[in-house]
Amino acid sequence: MSEQDKRRRLAIIASKGSLDWAYPPFILATAAGAMDWEVAIFFTFYGLPLLKKKLDAAVSPLGNPAMPMKMPFGPLEKIDLPIPNLIMSTVPGFQQMTTALMKKTFKKKGVASIEELRDMAVEMDVRLIGCQMTMDVFGFKKEDFIDEAEIGGAATFLEFAADANVTLFI
Amino acid sequence: MADIQITETLDCSGLLCPMPVVKTNKAMKKLNVGDVLEMIATDPGSIPDMEAWAKQTGHELLEAKEEGGKYRFLIKKTH
Repeated sequence: MSEQDKRRRLAIIASKGSLDWAYPPFILATAAGAMDWEVAIFFTFYGLPLLKKKLDAAVSPLGNPAMPMKMPFGPLEKIDLPIPNLIMSTVPGFQQMTTALMKKTFKKKGVASIEELRDMAVEMDVRLIGCQMTMDVFGFKKEDFIDEAEIGGAATFLEFAADANVTLFI
Repeated sequence: MADIQITETLDCSGLLCPMPVVKTNKAMKKLNVGDVLEMIATDPGSIPDMEAWAKQTGHELLEAKEEGGKYRFLIKKTH
């Protein structure tokens, strides 16, 4: 597609902020950016913390029975470890361990970190819109977020999404 | 197809989706029209992804094939 053609457009609502759910919006946004699409992500509710300067997304096996648990290294690497998640996820420190394991596994397999993907999105001029209403409700300030974040509401997102070729709620 | 002059080589070995297409697009921006980028990847998903990327961006995928466990792409910058 040549420069003068109208660019395709991707509009995403990111409503979840756990480490696993942080991936789809950023992967799709950067892939679309790599195809020279115009992209905007609207971060709302639990997705809003993904705009924080210091990311601290975690993942919990609680209520997540489909989550495969494999040790990323060592003799257990090839073995599926079914996690009795209802019991284990109440053990103090288990969520931190699960988060650390997921990060380590992703890194080892060659998956970019959320930080890297977000930096990439910024570089591609992906619009990162923080939801004003969520900020008010959960007590976030504009200064909590990366400088590239803009603040808007449902109408801001819809105005962009009105001309989108692909619109996703994640 | 005999003598394709490779302008630049980009190694995306060990990287998974979406990094091969992201890095390829970034590398393409630095080239001139007519230049050919060679991209090497190990992600099996890079074959369909690079085909889709080429269709979307309009750059010409001259070659996409597996060579000894690696995937090699030749992309010509068209605009």
